[in-house]
Amino acid sequence: MEKICMPPKRIEEIRAICREHGNDAGELINILHAVQNKLGYLPREVQELIAMELGIPVSKVYGVVTFYSFFTMTPKGKYPVSVCMGTACYVRGGEKVLEEFKRQLGIDVGGTTPDGLFSLDSLRCVGACGLAPVVMVGQKVFGRLAPADVKGIIDEFVALERGA
Amino acid sequence: MAHYHTYILTCGGTGCRASHSPQIVAALQQAVDDAGLSDEVKVIRTGCFGFCEQGPIVKVVPDNTFYVSVKPEDASEIVREHIVMGRKVERLLYISPETGKHVPDSRHMEFYKPQMRIALRNCGFIDPENIEEYIARDGYAALGKVLRMKPEDVIREIMASGLRGRGGGGFPTGLKWKITREVQADCKYVVCNADEGDPGAFMDRSILEGDPHSIVEAMAINGYCTGASKGLVYIRAEYPLAVHRLQVAIAQAREYGMLGDDIMGTGFSFDIEIRYGAGAFVCGEETALIHSMEGRRGEPTVKPPYPSECGYKGAPTNVNNVETFANIPPIILRGAEWFASIGTEKSKGTKVFALAGKVNNVGLIEVPMGTTLREVIFDIGGGIKNGKRFKAVQTGGPSGGCLTEKHLDTPIDYDNLLASGSMMGSGGMIVMDEDDCMVSVAKFYLEFTVEESCGKCTPCRIGNRRLLEILERITAGHGTEDDLKELKNLAAVIKDTSLCALGQTAPNPVLSTMENFWDEYVAHVRDKSCPAHRCRDLMSYYIDPKICKGCSLCSRVCPANAISGVLKQPYSIDQTACIKCGTCMDKCKFGAIGVR
Ligand SMILES: Cc1cc2nc3c(=O)[nH]c(=O)nc-3n(C[C@H](O)[C@H](O)[C@H](O)COP(=O)(O)O)c2cc1C
Ligand code: SF4
Ligand code: SF4
Ligand code: FES
Repeated sequence: MEKICMPPKRIEEIRAICREHGNDAGELINILHAVQNKLGYLPREVQELIAMELGIPVSKVYGVVTFYSFFTMTPKGKYPVSVCMGTACYVRGGEKVLEEFKRQLGIDVGGTTPDGLFSLDSLRCVGACGLAPVVMVGQKVFGRLAPADVKGIIDEFVALERGA
Repeated sequence: MAHYHTYILTCGGTGCRASHSPQIVAALQQAVDDAGLSDEVKVIRTGCFGFCEQGPIVKVVPDNTFYVSVKPEDASEIVREHIVMGRKVERLLYISPETGKHVPDSRHMEFYKPQMRIALRNCGFIDPENIEEYIARDGYAALGKVLRMKPEDVIREIMASGLRGRGGGGFPTGLKWKITREVQADCKYVVCNADEGDPGAFMDRSILEGDPHSIVEAMAINGYCTGASKGLVYIRAEYPLAVHRLQVAIAQAREYGMLGDDIMGTGFSFDIEIRYGAGAFVCGEETALIHSMEGRRGEPTVKPPYPSECGYKGAPTNVNNVETFANIPPIILRGAEWFASIGTEKSKGTKVFALAGKVNNVGLIEVPMGTTLREVIFDIGGGIKNGKRFKAVQTGGPSGGCLTEKHLDTPIDYDNLLASGSMMGSGGMIVMDEDDCMVSVAKFYLEFTVEESCGKCTPCRIGNRRLLEILERITAGHGTEDDLKELKNLAAVIKDTSLCALGQTAPNPVLSTMENFWDEYVAHVRDKSCPAHRCRDLMSYYIDPKICKGCSLCSRVCPANAISGVLKQPYSIDQTACIKCGTCMDKCKFGAIGVR
């Protein structure tokens, strides 16, 4: 961990977050939340920097990041697609909707499309079981979906992108 | 000074927000302002009403008019017709599926009649971001009363109420408080477990979103009783709305002197901080949760020592679940005897369930312990969707089991559910119908536990993966009868030798479905068929040429372009292209498409 190559501004941002939490290793999870909020993901050099600031081994930071599914080491797409795979959505056909997203986007769960527009994830119960099966794209919630609706949803965001 | 004679309540829970409830609140407020009624009519955004199936809900009080599936465009009509003209907007009223008639007063809805709301007493009634509305409904009165009592007496009251932990274990709450109190230490902690890991459950989240002050108040009461001056709420970062409401509640409680130093001039000091979970089911387990709060990987450790003896940073730590806490203030105010009069012999009070799956009324419900599954599914839940046949109900989440027809009249309580091969768990209740394959359901839960195993001990890490592999083989049509024996043997070993309850209970969904649906397992391995037509590799869609009219609808809706044909002649499905989504069968108007 000799050199960390990041823009100085970013290094300072991360250092500031660590400082706000008293550079306390007990606050590691809160620090990771704050940093991921800011950067969207936690790449290796960011983990190295945090480890250095808190005076703990990188392996410990890495161990925590990989343990918790909320933390990610890869950047998400511009329109992150999260298909609910909670039990209520599962019994109402969430799996078929997920399959159709995989097919339409040509990526697997955890993947990002080559143009960086969409990433695909599954999550467990977004709390809208009455609308099952549910999909979130960014903050927007789509409910009562069937596989046939998937293409329309993707097209909506592609159109948004073209318009933008 | 405004004198409100009418209140318009709109659900601001996660489900209804997804269907534009914030826009409805804004539109209602606008319409009330435009009508010059802002001093007489108050628009309130509340927590969840529970009737999520037909959300967003708008309720008008005092006449309890219950409008369902409301859209922002409907707001002005509600204000113009109902509030100004005194005529209910009929087209938005709830229609009873039994009588086919409008039910104007929510108290007469089958959904609410059998319910009893203690933990959810304020959800759907108050603005969760306004402490004064909580106070107006006896909020913080229990804390005031407790601070004038001896801690031992309060604990005795909780013990006498018979309250047991709602987080799954069912440990007597009063006893836990007593143990924490009796450990000598300078520093102790109160922890609220809001990790809610069961996938498909949203009870704790709804309480935090709809009535966060009840948790703040109960934690302070617990601190007073156990001798802790610091509280921590461990909450999932995936619950942004609940986190926000809790933050607001804590800030308001500090401002009103309900948290902080010298609360209500009694010398008792207590404050609360929030800690975020990061998506690991095992962190709901209390020892793992404590490690996670300390900034480490959330791996469980062997108990004893229990957290009550040695918990957060080595200090005695009282861990209770959100719903457990929500029951505390009513017990203090109405007395142990009242609470103990509700429920069954060994399970007192009520239980909140997140009722979901194939029932007509998906939602959040609260019923007295001892209510039967039949009442919950068929009266409150309104029966099975689309007139299908009931097959099973899953309780206890990934640690629980599936109950069937023969269990429908069992009174729900901790001991009965356990005796029937499932468990209470935290309150997820998923209803399944004839189209659900029980082998797939078992596989679904196992996929979850395998993904969530912390990997610390071998039986759970390797054993459950092996179970999953066998189930994958069976659902793919490669299973043998020996596999069924192997499932049972392996499950028994995993249950006996795993370190924490995650591993110990992970085989339960497999064992209970094998117990109740043995024939279905046999059909998969012996006949290579899935009776529910759910396992892709064991099914195919086909078009019956005698019924098909050649309308071409199916070929237009098929996302895989697998259907072809000539107009007015029978169409056919290319089995190699078909992705088995079932869309064609749902859409065909003539019932020409079947599955085998
Ligand atoms: C794998 C696992 C997951 C758990 N998840 C939760 C949870 O999400 N919420 C909860 O309150 N308790 C959960 N528990 C139970 C806790 O360990 C603990 O018993 C509970 O928080 C104690 O509070 P109570 O007595 O008020 O129920 C879980 C236990 C295990 C073994
Ligand atoms: S049983 Fe599973 S989750 Fe529990 S400690 Fe062992 S590996 Fe971890
Ligand atoms: S099941 Fe789906 S993919 Fe197969 S033919 Fe029907 S619509 Fe097309
Ligand atoms: S299971 Fe998907 S929203 Fe609850």
